Amino acid sequence: MNWHPIGDISDIPLLGARCVKTPMMKIAVFRTDEHEVHAIENRCPHKGGPLSEGIVHGTSVTCPLHNWVISLETGKALGADEGEVRVIQIRNDSGQLFVALESLVMVAAE
Amino acid sequence: MTQKLVIIGNGMAPGRMLEHLFEQAPGQYQVTIFNAEPRVNYDRIMLSPVLSGEKTYEQIVIHGDGWYIDHGITLYKGHRIVAIDRAAKTVTSDHGVTEGYDKLVIATGSVPFIIPVPGKDLPGVITYRDLDDVEAMLLAAQSREKAVVIGGGLLGLEAAAGLAQRGMDVTVLHVMPTLMERQLDPAAGYLLQKAVEERGIKVICKANTKQIIGNGKVEGIELDDGRIIPATLVVMAVGIRPSASLAKEAGLAVNRGIVVDAGMQTSDGDIYSIGECAEVGGMVYGLVAPLYEMARIAAAHLAGDTMPAFVHSDTPTKLKVTGIDLYSLGDFADGDDRQEIVLRDATAGIYKRLVLKDNRIIGTVLYGETSDGAWFNDLKKKATDISEMRETLIFGQAYQGGSPLDPMVAVAALPDDAEICGCNGVCKGKITSTISAKGLTSLDEVRAHTKASASCGTCTGLVEQLMSLTLGDAYNPKAVTPMCPCTEFGHDDVRRLIKAKGLKTIPAVMQELEWKTSCGCAKCRPALNYYLVCDWPDEYADDYQSRFINERVHANIQKDGTYSVVPRMWGGVTNAAELRAIADVVDKFEIPMVKVTGGQRIDLLGIEKEDLPAVWADLGKAGFVSGQAYAKGLRTVKTCVGSDWCRFGTQDSTGLGIRIEKFMWGSWTPAKLKLAVSGCPRNCAEATCKDIGVICVDSGFEIHFAGAAGLDIKGTEVLGLVKTEDEALEHIVALAQMYREQGRYLERIYKWAKRIGLDEIRRQIMTDAEKRQAYYERFVFSQKFAQVDPWSERVSGKDKHEFKPMATVGFNQAAE
Ligand code: SRM
Ligand SMILES: Cc1cc2nc3c(=O)[nH]c(=O)nc-3n(C[C@H](O)[C@H](O)[C@H](O)COP(=O)(O)OP(=O)(O)OC[C@H]3O[C@@H](n4cnc5c(N)ncnc54)[C@H](O)[C@@H]3O)c2cc1C
Ligand code: SF4
Ligand code: FES
Repeated sequence: MNWHPIGDISDIPLLGARCVKTPMMKIAVFRTDEHEVHAIENRCPHKGGPLSEGIVHGTSVTCPLHNWVISLETGKALGADEGEVRVIQIRNDSGQLFVALESLVMVAAE
Repeated sequence: MTQKLVIIGNGMAPGRMLEHLFEQAPGQYQVTIFNAEPRVNYDRIMLSPVLSGEKTYEQIVIHGDGWYIDHGITLYKGHRIVAIDRAAKTVTSDHGVTEGYDKLVIATGSVPFIIPVPGKDLPGVITYRDLDDVEAMLLAAQSREKAVVIGGGLLGLEAAAGLAQRGMDVTVLHVMPTLMERQLDPAAGYLLQKAVEERGIKVICKANTKQIIGNGKVEGIELDDGRIIPATLVVMAVGIRPSASLAKEAGLAVNRGIVVDAGMQTSDGDIYSIGECAEVGGMVYGLVAPLYEMARIAAAHLAGDTMPAFVHSDTPTKLKVTGIDLYSLGDFADGDDRQEIVLRDATAGIYKRLVLKDNRIIGTVLYGETSDGAWFNDLKKKATDISEMRETLIFGQAYQGGSPLDPMVAVAALPDDAEICGCNGVCKGKITSTISAKGLTSLDEVRAHTKASASCGTCTGLVEQLMSLTLGDAYNPKAVTPMCPCTEFGHDDVRRLIKAKGLKTIPAVMQELEWKTSCGCAKCRPALNYYLVCDWPDEYADDYQSRFINERVHANIQKDGTYSVVPRMWGGVTNAAELRAIADVVDKFEIPMVKVTGGQRIDLLGIEKEDLPAVWADLGKAGFVSGQAYAKGLRTVKTCVGSDWCRFGTQDSTGLGIRIEKFMWGSWTPAKLKLAVSGCPRNCAEATCKDIGVICVDSGFEIHFAGAAGLDIKGTEVLGLVKTEDEALEHIVALAQMYREQGRYLERIYKWAKRIGLDEIRRQIMTDAEKRQAYYERFVFSQKFAQVDPWSERVSGKDKHEFKPMATVGFNQAAE
């Protein structure tokens, strides 16, 4: 696995998100109120809304465009909506964050 | 044959290890200990009671000098080991003593982490780790002056409580939004903060220390935001680092701590390591329970039994401050595959939360009432399937009878003398007997006759359950639509209770009103944030993460993720310089679309988020501020040309519109608020379909309100006629404030007016001069904190993380 450093957990606001740009896609990195970090592709399965701009609650985010609620853990839309966004592997090493680049390259190759 | 065992460090872990060892293999080892601290083994955990005066040092000694003599141990007090020679199998202390070993145990514990800010080395800055630190604090406390504790974790709070008890004026600075965030969720963190503050300790969260100031000794602390907090003593309690450098220099495998296997052996077969300095299974520990487990295992291995292996288990955290009961265990993060059970009793200050996964407890947070902690821990350890007792689990072990209880039965099971209403001291028997004796059938009657739930109202649910129990089906409570699934309360109750109970933060509201989730949802958080901004304009700190993206970045998000920006053009009036600046910005940033809006403004559409601050900077130079075209707040005031130009104009409608807009911009409202001023009844500014509109007439100004032209279409109602511009402004502002204080979040003014009654609004604003004046003044007060241009704030760096990606990775890989 090729882990790429993306910064420190403190760069992400609590109950907020930041973006990481990669050649294949934008990744949204979230931080929950329990200081857990999750990364998913920054594209709502509904109509591509930027999920990093949504309101974070529990381990979900509400999309800013039409309020779909997406699970940060599974990438699946919750409730009645159906859809799924890619979950990106992320490692939290005492606050230092890394994303798995291999998985990104694979995405591009697919 | 006796072997030589040398131990570096004389803390709690090796102390326990020796007890086991002497029992299992008496006489097998000749033991020598080097300890950098000049004393015997004492109970470090109990330093806080020593600091607060509840215990003395003598009472916390674990092994007195006699114990070492009895076991033939040589204890070098005040000797720090500076080198391990693995080839020669010797260790050497800073006083030059060298000892050989057959087996070596490294138990050097941890060192406190010191944040690298200027001034950290000034006299008066100390950490909290050993008896010397406590003695330094006690000495400083004699002055009864000011102390600052940096760090709102377990150690910091214990230090703060102890110093406060010794008479110092203590402030705790914590970098995170809530205290002890590693062990507690925000709800429990809020209760803890309240309890700490009740002890006279000031707490500042989200506090970033910039530097420690002082000339020759500490004089105070400066925060990032420029605040200065005077102090003669600074205690740094921000965390610990395993003390592993000695092992590293000796060439042992070291990661975060000294790497050991499940038998506590390091990468050198003759060297063991236990305690906070050891890393086992990728984990390092800072509480004694796992360290004692390490001690047991190391002793067994030293005694020749290599079977026992270390396994990880969670250790509960408790805070040793008298009168504060908290308990936290395991994993309490949210997750889709997890459910939570939350119990809140606001009057008693109790919060309990269980986190379940596959019907098993995986985490527990208890505050205020922790007696069931051990039981929950036991269920967690044994991974007991709790589905049978799910309904009553949170009530604790005492409630678990033979058959499952439902909450109603739990209330039925309460004794007659159980207190139901804490505010008025009304017990269960009083309520049920009054209901029967007086034939009461409604909640209001029960409130009138018993006073139960007549004050803060948080026991309403209990009282209603008692009414159902007593009256059976005859009781039919009036339905209130809850704000969202996180609560039973409707918007009005929440607003009323925020005021009545003086709740000033979102966690405070959630705790005191017994929210069912730990951190709310995307529906209730923006609403609560608005209510708090409106009710406590000077004290409440806006919660950024509870705002919709548009209000966070002060631009309107588009379907493709770009943004649109509408500068404020007062009253719809502009000039050549402004138009030129807009044109320049459009060229410079290649803005794809410029559009004249329905609200008499110019909209710049399709701007990349990263460009926003630069766009605003250029617009700002031309004098523009944000048009708040995205806000649940004051939007536009449309005007017509009025008496200055128009042959029918009766008053200066343009001037009044601009004056109103300059007075009211920046204010947050329950939903968007749009105004218009027309110069005559021909009404070219369409004032009669606005939230608030003015029709100028010869005799003065006719004020309208409660119009709609969006999802619904509705002409306005007349509020009344006033004579002067000043009066018009005062009435409009008072009306807006009344709506701000009473409206439900997202409720436009016409819906609010229908709910409250037009006549009631006319009475309060037109007839009751005193009321009107008071509304007006409250609006003016809140504008002091609201009229800050969000664009210029962000141009000068506020929330700058919002506009930049966190990182850009992988571009060169892709090129390969
Ligand atoms: C820009 C503008 C259209 C235009 O090009 O003219 C506009 C654009 C939007 N309107 Fe509007 N409204 C615009 C004037 C109006 C008007 C007319 C007016 O203000 O005089 C109305 C009817 C009057 C009223 O508000 O009652 C209007 C009624 C709405 C509504 C329905 C509100 C309602 O409660 O009935 C929404 C939806 C909402 O707010 O939830 C809405 C929502 C929107 C949003 C913000 C949708 C959104 O959330 O993204 C649109 C943003 C477009 C974008 O991508 O930037 N817009 N919208 C107008 C900006 C006015 C300004 O200068 O500030
Ligand atoms: C104020 C306070 C309150 C606490 N409260 C709790 C609590 O409530 N519950 C809980 O479970 N835990 C608590 N802890 C943590 C607990 O005390 C520690 O986890 C435990 O004491 C660690 O034991 P140890 O043997 O690993 O290290 P320590 O007890 O730190 O002992 C290490 C010793 O090694 C010495 N040493 C270091 N380097 C050398 C060297 N090169 N040569 C010779 N000697 C050396 C040090 O001087 C020190 O005396 C608290 C800690 C503190 C400070
Ligand atoms: S009417 Fe308003 S909300 Fe609807 S598409 Fe036009 S701008 Fe958007
Ligand atoms: S794009 Fe996310 S909800 Fe529509």
